[in-house]
Amino acid sequence: MSGYALDISLTVNGERLSAHVEPRKTLVDFLRDDLSLTGSHVGCEHGVCGACTVRVNGAIVRGCLMLAVQCDGATVETIEGLSDSGEVADLQKAFEQRNALQCGYCTPGMIATAQDLLKCGGVPGREEIREHISGNYCRCTGYHAIVDAVEAVAQARARTQMKK
Amino acid sequence: MNIAEDSPPILTALDRPNSYIGRSVPRPNLQRLAQGRGQYVSDVTLPRMAHVAFVRSPHAHARIVSITTESVKKSPGVIAAVTGAELAKVMTPWVGVLTHLKGLKSAPQPPIAVERACWQGEAVCAVVAHTRAEAEDACELVEVSYEELPAVTDPETALDPKTPVIHASLGDNLCFERKLDVGAVDKAFVESDAVVETTFMFGRHTGVTNEPRAIVADWNASEQRMTVYQGTQAPHMMQDLFAKHLGLHHQQVRVVTKDVGGSFGIKVHTYADEMATVALSKLLKRPVKFVADRIESFVTDIHARDHRVKGKIGVRNDGTITAFEIDDLTGIGPYSVYPRTSGIEANQIVNLTGGPYACPNYRAQTRVVFQNKNVMCQYRAVGHPIAVAVTEGLIELAAAKIGMDPLELRRRNLIADDAYPTQSTSGLKFERLSHHESLAHLDAMMNYAGLRAEQKRLREDGIYRGIGFASFIEVTNPSAAFYGVGGARITSQDGATVKLDAQGFVSVATGVTEQGQGAEAVVAQCLATAFGVPIEKVRVTTGDTDSTPYGGGTWASRAAGIGGEAAWQAGKALRANVLAVAGAMLQTNPEALDICNGVVVDKAGGNERLPLEELARVAYFRPDTLPAGIQAELMATRHYVPRAWPFAFTNGMQASYLEVDVDTGFVKLLKHWCVEDCGTIINPQLVDEQIRGGVVQGIGAALFEHCRYDDRGQLLNGNMADYLVPMAAEMPDIECGHCVSPTGDSELGAKGAGEAGTAGAPGSVMNAINDALRPLGAKPLTDMPFTPDKILRALGKV
Amino acid sequence: MKPAPFAYKKARSVEEAVALLGQHKDARLLAGGQSLIATLNMRLSTPSLLIDINGISGLDGIAHKGGKVEIGALTRHAAAERSETIAQHAPLIARAMPHIGHVAIRNRGTLGGSIAFADPAAELPACLLALDGELEATGPKGKRTIKADDFFKGLFETALGPQDVLTAIRVPAAGKDTRVGFAELARRHGDYAIVGLAASARTTGKGLSDVRLAFFGVGATAVRARKSEATLVDGDVDAAISALDLAPNDDVQVTGAVKKYLAGVLLRRVAKQLMEARP
Repeated sequence: MSGYALDISLTVNGERLSAHVEPRKTLVDFLRDDLSLTGSHVGCEHGVCGACTVRVNGAIVRGCLMLAVQCDGATVETIEGLSDSGEVADLQKAFEQRNALQCGYCTPGMIATAQDLLKCGGVPGREEIREHISGNYCRCTGYHAIVDAVEAVAQARARTQMKK
Repeated sequence: MNIAEDSPPILTALDRPNSYIGRSVPRPNLQRLAQGRGQYVSDVTLPRMAHVAFVRSPHAHARIVSITTESVKKSPGVIAAVTGAELAKVMTPWVGVLTHLKGLKSAPQPPIAVERACWQGEAVCAVVAHTRAEAEDACELVEVSYEELPAVTDPETALDPKTPVIHASLGDNLCFERKLDVGAVDKAFVESDAVVETTFMFGRHTGVTNEPRAIVADWNASEQRMTVYQGTQAPHMMQDLFAKHLGLHHQQVRVVTKDVGGSFGIKVHTYADEMATVALSKLLKRPVKFVADRIESFVTDIHARDHRVKGKIGVRNDGTITAFEIDDLTGIGPYSVYPRTSGIEANQIVNLTGGPYACPNYRAQTRVVFQNKNVMCQYRAVGHPIAVAVTEGLIELAAAKIGMDPLELRRRNLIADDAYPTQSTSGLKFERLSHHESLAHLDAMMNYAGLRAEQKRLREDGIYRGIGFASFIEVTNPSAAFYGVGGARITSQDGATVKLDAQGFVSVATGVTEQGQGAEAVVAQCLATAFGVPIEKVRVTTGDTDSTPYGGGTWASRAAGIGGEAAWQAGKALRANVLAVAGAMLQTNPEALDICNGVVVDKAGGNERLPLEELARVAYFRPDTLPAGIQAELMATRHYVPRAWPFAFTNGMQASYLEVDVDTGFVKLLKHWCVEDCGTIINPQLVDEQIRGGVVQGIGAALFEHCRYDDRGQLLNGNMADYLVPMAAEMPDIECGHCVSPTGDSELGAKGAGEAGTAGAPGSVMNAINDALRPLGAKPLTDMPFTPDKILRALGKV
Repeated sequence: MKPAPFAYKKARSVEEAVALLGQHKDARLLAGGQSLIATLNMRLSTPSLLIDINGISGLDGIAHKGGKVEIGALTRHAAAERSETIAQHAPLIARAMPHIGHVAIRNRGTLGGSIAFADPAAELPACLLALDGELEATGPKGKRTIKADDFFKGLFETALGPQDVLTAIRVPAAGKDTRVGFAELARRHGDYAIVGLAASARTTGKGLSDVRLAFFGVGATAVRARKSEATLVDGDVDAAISALDLAPNDDVQVTGAVKKYLAGVLLRRVAKQLMEARP
């Protein structure tokens, strides 16, 4: 019922905020409509395409399969936050250099998912990379350039790690 | 024809210092997209914007007896509930016909169904509310009473006298038919040593753009002006249509297209629900937004490629192909889609089958019939995937029948590389293609002999791998021959307006549009090279009918060849304008000057004479210091349309290497190759990435994608779990190579490249599967998509 | 697709969740939400109240005690995937985990949710049947234990009553003589299986005993192929395949006949796994 809204407090991209939301509002709709963080995209609303992938309490999730009210007290990170903090700067650069994005719609979810794989460290092989991004639909690139970009970043990060 | 490397080629007209032609320059718009700061139409919000949701017919065919919206209006947040009858007062219906497809007929289609719903998913009522959720809540309160009617769902019987006619005014369910008979086909078959005849089926499928269709229409009654934000490929075309069907002038309509989350032809058509949204804005005098959700996308985005093709090939023992014959039947929806028509795909199949081959005998017929299913229209590579799969499938079946290597059979029949200019047997005019050079390049790239040896070795271990090929030709850079001649107000020309600003930077407004393929980058590269500035100083504007030249947008792979050429010519024109001013300022003959890296230089020797910032400063702020009579003109506009050739045909060849698990029927794609000749390559990386994306879409058609309908016209798998799109784990790496046959119809010589991947992939995968299973005596598979079900049945395991 | 409106309450304890289920006849429990929220988005389900149990403490946790592995119902798939305890003592579940959806789904989805939802093509119900596991449910009359063999009743139907909350999953810990096998066929990585098989057995040094073969994707529920189990004990894989008494229906992806045939193919592959030495 409209008007049946609840108060929530959460941290989004490092910013503490409060909101009044209907229980039925999904996390991704809340981010896009209420916070104008339109970088996370809606592609299917049934959890298959991955365009809505964001980070909640450090783990990547489908923004269309979580309710905003479930995020009371949570820490949410979207592509805007990952971008502004510089956490995915090397991934973004690699994607740009290899044209691993065309229309860009899957890209925020794809980068969040790639970062989820790479932050574990190590250099995943191409098959492992493909498996990790197997839940992120891209219609434009055919995935080859994306795998190239993630592989290159994994290798570069490993080299940097070794130097340390 | 040279096999190209990824380095700037030396071509006469394009031989400029610091040329960007042939360089893989990163696209200027990538940073904002990678940061999640794109502006897709689904992101657009305007003050007082309302949302529309549609009540959609659950029946494939039904008379709308009554619609009651009384309780709807009291539902929270509702602004209006509008039926087709009410909307008809605001917007006129349309008919999707073109005169050059002789006999093509279709019934008028309204934005919202009025008396009858003709496909499951057609909108019967619109509910406008403050939020989409509230609109959907209210849709459930709309009471629609239907009288179900028999549905036409089988193309094979659509024309039987007993089958109900969907539109009585048309007399029958035939949308379009065409016959072609060239040479002496029957005699040729009689004189063949072997004849192969089979039936190909192509499963209906759809685009599944990641961002669904989205539109925000904003009627400003005070200005009597409609602004539409739309994820369309062709803003000027839509401007014309919105104006026409609302009774407005073009000047009263502005179409704005920002970032588009994928299109592939899905978003170049006119959709009833989008037209309804525009009409609703006019009716309600406020912005109205419609974003198709995924479930409604499956029943309303155009479908494509629902064909049954009977194919026949004759061949002599020495490998000469004697004749091709096809009989095509396609079942579209209840309406031919507007304005490009649903006859084009079938027409292309008749035009393109057999195209790469010098075989003088060809007979073809096609019939396009109406059904009570979702509408069908042009989707990436329109008709080519089917024509290529049929042609190349027949070729490999013939090769197997006479015991000849499939590449060798092609060598003996592909049109010779020195035969040009020439025509296909169906009458297509070819300027210059490179079938043999492409084949040789592919052979080397994939190490064909090595793969055959590997295949042989593994067969002994019970591992069944297959190699399949597809040669193809591809329509690009269309002239008015595609649509204009048929009466459609779809422009085949395009324009670029360039301006040198007060700081010496350059901006260009172009009529081609961007959906991710890199049209903006290509235009910038052409302009930067032609004019003479570093590409970082170029800014491109697209997708706004108020501020770009009148253009066609992006479709049929025209952005680089046509949009790029317009930008090239505009850059040259601006250079001439600027050098006229420079010559006056420097008291030098402008012919002795050039612009290089943003500086006016001596043409001979390259001495720097005058930075562009300085020239601009003088021209804009100190014209009093210019010689008498000089009027500085620091803008230029040029348009371009192909004149010598109806289409710039490209060509290429693809190969698929795969393994079939003969116990489970599952196919594992090991590798894919594509050699493509698209003439002058402006940005090699973008071309390769277009090919890769296109190949994967074609693989989707070959193995995964199928809009499955039951005999009541119900779509059974309209969601992302049941309709299978290619995902990363099942796709192969894709290697690309090139030959270069520039077109002489433009200075750049660039042809298009956007659709070639999709054209050849399904045929090559099909041929690879059949190659893998041939030693097991499996019946050749010709019914796409090739699911495990079908493979197991072909192997006799089920 | 936006859900129909519903009210929302966070339960602070299992007892509270049970009580709320009693008070609101069309309430639904919200655990991982990976199946539920998709059905809400599509309006296939329109509960008036969602009872969020994610905040109830003590419902997640993986323990090896008393010869069993006990997994709290609220344990996320991702946690189970990473768990050393499950890798060591419930290896069949460890084998199944990477097949469940994708990473983002596994970060939220719970084992209890998957089992209570009982999708016929899901992996975990079959694993439970193969391991002779048991479920612990808490209802208005308190806790009770239900054997896996008695738990899966029909299409999306389990032995859970309208007021029950699934609270724990227990499987026997693997012993030195335990053998497990797992195989599934899906068109794309992470899809629901076309056909799958979860199996366990005990090896006696020569041959197998206590064979349990649980197929999924072949009927309204995961189902044990009891005739084949008996035949496999004799070591005759061909006979075990002939003895498969499955009668799957057609679905959108494949026909029932193909499912049955593929079940046989998987049986051959899994039988081989069962007969191989444990690494």
